[in-house]
Amino acid sequence: MSTSHCVGDSASVPEGGRLVVDVSNVTIGVFRVEGRLYAYENTCPHMGGPVCQGLLIPAVIEQVNDAKVSTGFAFNENDPRIVCPWHGFEFSIKTGCHPASQSVRLRAISVREADGAIHVTV
Amino acid sequence: MSPSDDNVRVREPQQITTRTDSREILANARRDIDRYGLRDYFIVDVDSHHVELDSWSEILEYVDDPVLRRTGKTMAEIWPNAKNLALSNHPPGLTFQDVAGRIPHQAQLAESVEPSGGEHRDLTLVRRAMESMGIDVQVVFPQPMLEIGLHPSAAVETELIFAYNRWFTERILAAEPRVKSMLALPFSHPEACVRTIREFAGKPGVVGFLVTSQRQAEVYRAEYMPVYRELEERGLPIGFHAGPDYSVGKHLNRFVSVHSLSFVTCNMVHLTNWIVNGLPERFPKLKVIWIESGLAWLPFMMQRLDHEYLMRQSDAPLLKRLPSEYMQEMYYTSQPLEMTNMALLESTFKAIHADTQLLFASDWPHWDFDVPGKICGLPFVSAQGRRNILGETARALFRL
Repeated sequence: MSTSHCVGDSASVPEGGRLVVDVSNVTIGVFRVEGRLYAYENTCPHMGGPVCQGLLIPAVIEQVNDAKVSTGFAFNENDPRIVCPWHGFEFSIKTGCHPASQSVRLRAISVREADGAIHVTV
Repeated sequence: MSPSDDNVRVREPQQITTRTDSREILANARRDIDRYGLRDYFIVDVDSHHVELDSWSEILEYVDDPVLRRTGKTMAEIWPNAKNLALSNHPPGLTFQDVAGRIPHQAQLAESVEPSGGEHRDLTLVRRAMESMGIDVQVVFPQPMLEIGLHPSAAVETELIFAYNRWFTERILAAEPRVKSMLALPFSHPEACVRTIREFAGKPGVVGFLVTSQRQAEVYRAEYMPVYRELEERGLPIGFHAGPDYSVGKHLNRFVSVHSLSFVTCNMVHLTNWIVNGLPERFPKLKVIWIESGLAWLPFMMQRLDHEYLMRQSDAPLLKRLPSEYMQEMYYTSQPLEMTNMALLESTFKAIHADTQLLFASDWPHWDFDVPGKICGLPFVSAQGRRNILGETARALFRL
């Protein structure tokens, strides 16, 4: 049976930040992007690594001009990523998916914010 | 605020860095021990690493040649940034391996280790990894020294290999019976290879010898026959450990490309020379292990060599069977196990007779390491095959 747990107040997950918590026997990462909260289980679908404890970094993009010439790499600040520290698998925080495959995705956890507190349901 | 719910605990650390304890980095691997019942298996990790450059000042003391020893120590003392690099040929391209800080444990294990009874720090780190992954015996190799075959000086290569081997056998292997190694051969100097085997075979923890694979050396040269004979007579396996090399990938512009190809091409070259020159027929009892090239290259090699050999048998007259049949009697370490297409992986397991020839390897702490649970999760491996891959084949091969 699923149970709601308060994991902290709203300020514990600032914009662009994270909170990793053990809730009973499940470890969960809570992230905030553009004001919205996202929560995922701390288990990488690749090999089970602690993905939510990895590096938060914007997506790297390669820019190609009209002549199809690469003009180099850049960060896309609108696509924040969480990177599994075991092997570098990257996931969009907004979708939980690996950029190359929708089927390689993090397990989403229900999260809501009410009265200045953050609650997850596991 | 701290969570008010008694079932909630804030996890530390929030972010894993180079300073995080290995046991925390590998906490999720520890869960696999119960999930897969790993305590019921004898698990041998046939490829893992410690960072010998962290102990470089100790190793330089073991250089036999007094002039070279002084050169190295002076270099380490007076050159900026040479403290951990003097005399070595550390390739700068290796620093791309951690994907710009995304995989911290590849860059360094800078965690706190309290001195305990004179135990070397590296041994403590090895123990932490073994305990976290449920490993019973771990075969440990150095890291940058695996590139030593590309050293511009064969004389320095030989001196450094002897120094490292003496340091490692005295300081690490002698202190922990569950840690083993296949010691590097100074392959640029065949006579010194024989001396290496004679000096170190029989020392605690030495279970074979190693060719660091990135090098310009042909395994069929006449000077190497006494080396193979020495190993065959002693019943000790020879391993070929792959490594990255930008010179192989000089037309490749990104590390993912260099790593994808050069970790395999070096072993492709050695394996081709090994078979086509009939070395399995000349040394039929010599066990050969191909290390850290993954498995995807093997079906290609089997098909390619068989196809060409059938049309050009006179190029390889020592062979009495197909190249793939010799390959089915060789040993392969599992990491990095390419798992993106399970049907192809299953075919590969069948092709190489994985149930009897495949050896589990973690390659910890490298960026593409594997955990033992990965083998347990393969649906097409039999119960006995799983047990063999995780440790029983290695137990027999290394006479553990």
